[in-house]
Amino acid sequence: MATQLKVTGADLELIDVRKDFPGFTALDDMDLHIPAGQFFALLGPSGCGKTTTLRIVAGLETPTQGQVLIGGQDVTSMKPHERPVNTVFQSYALFPHMTILENVAFGLRQRKIDDPVAKAQEALDLVELGHIAARRPQQLSGGQQQRVALARALVNRPSLLLLDEPLGALDLKLRRQMQIELKAIQMEVGLTFLHVTHDQEEAMDMADTVAVMNKGRIEQMGAPEALYDRPKTAFVSKFLGQSNLFVGKVSDSNDSSVSIEVGGYKVTVDKKRAEKHTGKIAIGVRPEKATFHTSKPNLSSDHVMIGEGEIIDIRFTGVSNQYLIEIPNVGEVTVFAQNIGKSPVIELGAKVWVSWKVEHSFGLADLPDGSEEQD
Amino acid sequence: MAFAAFSSNTPNKNSGQPVKSGKIVLALLLPGLIYLAMFFFIPLVALIQTSLVKRVSTPSVHFDPAWNWQNYADVISRYWPQITRSFGYAFVATLVALLISYPLAYFIGVKVRHRPVLQRLMVTLVIAPFFISFLLRTIAWKQLLADHTPIMEFVHQIGWLQPSQSFIGSGPAVVFGLIYNFIPFMTLPLYTTLERLDVRFLEAGSDLYASPSKVFRKITLPLSMPGIISGTLLTFIPIAGDYVNASQDFLGSEKTSMIGTMVVQDQLVTNNPQTATALSVLLMGMILVLVTIYVRRAGTEELL
Repeated sequence: MATQLKVTGADLELIDVRKDFPGFTALDDMDLHIPAGQFFALLGPSGCGKTTTLRIVAGLETPTQGQVLIGGQDVTSMKPHERPVNTVFQSYALFPHMTILENVAFGLRQRKIDDPVAKAQEALDLVELGHIAARRPQQLSGGQQQRVALARALVNRPSLLLLDEPLGALDLKLRRQMQIELKAIQMEVGLTFLHVTHDQEEAMDMADTVAVMNKGRIEQMGAPEALYDRPKTAFVSKFLGQSNLFVGKVSDSNDSSVSIEVGGYKVTVDKKRAEKHTGKIAIGVRPEKATFHTSKPNLSSDHVMIGEGEIIDIRFTGVSNQYLIEIPNVGEVTVFAQNIGKSPVIELGAKVWVSWKVEHSFGLADLPDGSEEQD
Repeated sequence: MAFAAFSSNTPNKNSGQPVKSGKIVLALLLPGLIYLAMFFFIPLVALIQTSLVKRVSTPSVHFDPAWNWQNYADVISRYWPQITRSFGYAFVATLVALLISYPLAYFIGVKVRHRPVLQRLMVTLVIAPFFISFLLRTIAWKQLLADHTPIMEFVHQIGWLQPSQSFIGSGPAVVFGLIYNFIPFMTLPLYTTLERLDVRFLEAGSDLYASPSKVFRKITLPLSMPGIISGTLLTFIPIAGDYVNASQDFLGSEKTSMIGTMVVQDQLVTNNPQTATALSVLLMGMILVLVTIYVRRAGTEELL
């Protein structure tokens, strides 16, 4: 069954695509290339233009300028029903006046494919809903509707499958389960998936490549690990996971590293992990890469050390404890410590020193919002 | 025994709270029930009773209570042309009203959805004719469409009508009047249904390879069935019983008489209440049967 659904996905290319709505620009000269067979996630906050991108690819919006190419073919002027693309909508948009089976068979019937009912039944079996084919969408739970919407799109064997936050309406447990299933189906059928989401965990968990969007532009694109390990802008460092950012003027620079001065402490980053090497720059570190010490540690130069500071908040989240540490002249620093049962017993108000390895620092290309004025 | 068997299934549910709320419900329903009894049920019985009396013309005209079913046979044989004409006119007028109203309602309900001021203005314009009595409006049309008015001069000039023919008094004139007078009853229910139409279903349809015309036939139309059903019922039923437009005083002539025209004539002119009422009961029965078949056939129970 799965082999029958097996198709080769097509690559998607957006060239210089721009979309203006009255009063604002939703997409600003966007260039994007998604290779065939990839699971690609567009990640960003609401209003960043990710859904507009998806609707332009589906043909539901017309770009103000630019070209959309699917499998090398220019589809910019094609109507939605002419494009080899199917969408799983955020609202699922299952037709309420049809049975589940007829919903899934709809696309096949429009294209006059032989035996639409049998193929629709197969697709429903694939998402393990074959037994409720005769029901109406209103009688299904959210998770079931989501799977029907997926089957309704997949049964057409599109070159490109668009997913518009399809898991947004599901509860956490069901969402995790659907993420796993969705990824499994994508690997099985080999389609190109373009997944739009604001959930960074979902994007990192499922996608081969993640593009982080902000204000109508792609800020950074890459494999989830690379994006997380080396965010290049303040927005990416904050949107994809959490970051401690330190802003200061470059005080020291040699062949391999750059240091800035922050509140009397020296914060260093490897040169190859920094976007900018001169002037005022921002250096960050992930909270789980940092550790704290209850007495001033004696560390070699491959560590950054700041402190002393004071613990002002402790949050217990199960797998880890999150500590908020106030360091005079620097600000607040967050440290995650894994809950492995042997971390030092720490109370609010305790004096601590924070350190991390220089190799875990990353240097940003821009500065966090509002730090330009603080000269 | 059977009654006891059923009631024993729910021994506790009839005690306490439900009884109290049952009394309140009854008290709330009572005014409505009394109203229905006085102004619907009793008149209906009186109507049926009158339709079965025997008219005796000697020595003077009087009416004997009877079960005179002959009255029904009489009106069917005598008024068969008017009966078929009534339903024919009603069918044509309803169909044309639907064809005009649907695009209009779609435009108001879907296309100008994001411009609420314009939308409200257009809905007001649809209702606006109701602010003037419909008799006045129909008389106005009679004057506008009379011979030698600019409109009719034009119609004669382009050859739609022969120079000797009048429009007023013809079947098309009556159907025109019916459409004009009843079209808001078609437009408004269509509008309320289409106003709630979720355009995401239409996007999903086009995403699934349906051309715009297919999207309309397979998605828009089925989803707007509740509006179509209520709109056609709200126009067809009153049109079938209408007696104003078809009357000679308005847009019709003796050649355009409908059931309503004959009811008026028998009741008020020739003093034959038994045939007037028999015709009324017949009209009611036929509409009931047609509407039942129609709603069943449309099969939109889950959408209504």
